[in-house]
Amino acid sequence: MSLGSALDPKTAPTFPMAARTSLGDMLLRKNVRHATEVIQAKRGRVVAEMPDWEALREAGRALRAHTLAHLDVYLEQFERNCTAAGGVVHWARDAEEARRIVVDLVKATGTREAIKIKSMTTEEIQLNPALEAAGVHAYETDLAELILQLGEEQPSHIVVPALHKNRQQVREIFRREMQLPELGETPQDLADAARRFLRDKFLRVRTGVSGANFLIAETGGVVVVESEGNGRMCLTLPETLITVAGIDKVVPRYRDLEVLLQLLPRSATGERMNPYNSIWTGVHAGDGPQSFHVVLLDNARTEVLADEAARETLHCIRCGACQNACPVYRQTGGHAYGSVYAGPIGAILTPQLERMDHAQSLPYASSLCGACYEVCPVKINIPEVLIHLRNKVVRRETAGMGVLTHPEAWAMELAGAIFRSERRFRAAQRLGRMAGRPLESKDGNGERWVGWLPGMLGGWTRVRDLKAMPKESFREWFARRDTNGKAAGDGRQG
Amino acid sequence: MAGKADEAPSARAVILARIRGAMGPAIGRAGSPQQSAAAGWHALPRDYRRTAALGPDERLLLLEDRLRDYGAHVERVTAATVPKAIGRRLLERGEPTMLVPAGLPEGLLPRTTTFTEDAGFSATELDRFSGVLTLAAAAIATTGTLVLQNLPGQGRRAATLIPDYHLCIVAADDVMETVPEAMDRLRATAALPTTFISGPSATADIEMTRIQGVHGPRVLDVLVVVAG
Ligand code: SF4
Repeated sequence: MSLGSALDPKTAPTFPMAARTSLGDMLLRKNVRHATEVIQAKRGRVVAEMPDWEALREAGRALRAHTLAHLDVYLEQFERNCTAAGGVVHWARDAEEARRIVVDLVKATGTREAIKIKSMTTEEIQLNPALEAAGVHAYETDLAELILQLGEEQPSHIVVPALHKNRQQVREIFRREMQLPELGETPQDLADAARRFLRDKFLRVRTGVSGANFLIAETGGVVVVESEGNGRMCLTLPETLITVAGIDKVVPRYRDLEVLLQLLPRSATGERMNPYNSIWTGVHAGDGPQSFHVVLLDNARTEVLADEAARETLHCIRCGACQNACPVYRQTGGHAYGSVYAGPIGAILTPQLERMDHAQSLPYASSLCGACYEVCPVKINIPEVLIHLRNKVVRRETAGMGVLTHPEAWAMELAGAIFRSERRFRAAQRLGRMAGRPLESKDGNGERWVGWLPGMLGGWTRVRDLKAMPKESFREWFARRDTNGKAAGDGRQG
Repeated sequence: MAGKADEAPSARAVILARIRGAMGPAIGRAGSPQQSAAAGWHALPRDYRRTAALGPDERLLLLEDRLRDYGAHVERVTAATVPKAIGRRLLERGEPTMLVPAGLPEGLLPRTTTFTEDAGFSATELDRFSGVLTLAAAAIATTGTLVLQNLPGQGRRAATLIPDYHLCIVAADDVMETVPEAMDRLRATAALPTTFISGPSATADIEMTRIQGVHGPRVLDVLVVVAG
């Protein structure tokens, strides 16, 4: 089984090393900057037209926290209702077990092909190489995933996985892999080529594999949010559908979608609603697959749950807004993070999914500017979790040295207290930018810190020359820009 | 589970045990875990907008504006003129080969065109139709969304997916202003296969340029039907 090319935190180079490569790639940086700027501007416009956005965020945060507090109840309820509606629910402790379940289910259908919807969860468990090894070819059907699959590349963003590629690069891949020497380079030409390439596969292939955005405990229903209609094809046309979902994807009741379906599209793609949402419950005679399986995946999520200070990592609804807002991600792109989850969410999620055994440099891949927290639709305090995880890394690094008497550990505790309250955090940023100082300034403390963790912060500061925080913080700049966006949005409606 | 001593516990049992262990003892929880979850759910903050603020006409205007923003063609018609309006749309779209779901109301369709009722066609058979006409269960003005469920006149999901043109007819009374109002209304039929459609299929995967029409219908026409 060849896993070599996949993004695997176990074998990926540390962030500073990988970032150095990315930072040298001017075209990549230009593509990433362009894409993140466009999404951010769109997001700013559609968020500004929602007078109740902050109330929605708070509702989203509370809903996610509540769900995690009763996760066992809701998962059992989902299982019961999905089963009653004709679905089959499987449980997978880790990636290996999930792969085995899916591969066995696909093999049992007797088909050697499967059509797939973009799913970061199946990327996380590296499903495609496992299917390939079992003699099953999985066709990625999302345009971006198709680009990556044909170009033998890896995703660099959770919502727009090929945003590091421009149209000329996509055309080259399609020309070569689809044998279309005459193919034009407008996005329309390229989308049309994808439509023709996939059409007969949609109509022919009898097994579909998907992820899920939400699982509804109350009804046993599953929700998939998408744009192109490739998702609907995979969910509707095959005879067998296998959905892989993290145990964190459950929501208590149908009505809760009124919160999440308002937060997600505006945050993810800057649309008021994405073109298609599919909701289905088990199997329905005469409509869609008649054999339906859900694989509930743990893969260290329960360990994240057990760490009270990091638990909110599981609130994430994978909108990608934090990636677009992150000044570090915007410089390096996604691959430097060595995981399918890049950017701020990746910096906190990946090391935890690796049980802190790998990817320890990721919690340092941040200037703690707080822009991610500001845009997160479910208010995950990413800077606070980052500091907590840095602390964990330090604890491991200094395990042989006894108690935490180091001034750096203290400094982090202090910064943690500041981040705990958004108001205090904003105030601290305005008053002397102290949040960044204990960790990143190059005073005596900072140097000792760098010396402590060779190759981590040291490498990073060398490539990016991370000085003290800028005069105007990112969030201040963003707030200003948001107001402009609002004015523009109002004008457009009138 | 009282299995044999050497029998490994199921993945399900292990994961549920891990979750319970992770959250610690349920201090201060009243009643059963289910009761406690229900009580917590009812106490969740919901300070966002849950009711309409616009009048009926403004609501329709908002829906129409949002749908047009996605590149859909929208017309407001009276009940009496629906068949005529359908005929006009189809002519304008080059007279597609039309599919319809079972259960459309009598007298809705113009007699000038042939419509084939969905008889559970295979995907390949559906691919021979270039257009489909359906009703909608609801529409959401704020987001420019049409909601279809597996109900008479709306049909199964594949039928509105494979043909390249979708003509959707929505009654003004079924237009909700906000997402919460729509979810409230859909709750009774939550278990039916449901599709939210907001404009024609689209992608922005290449340089964030919005391209209309990838795999789902590339053209969407909407008739909003008012009394009269
Ligand atoms: S952490 Fe928040 S902003 Fe980032 S992807 Fe998750 S939900 Fe979106």
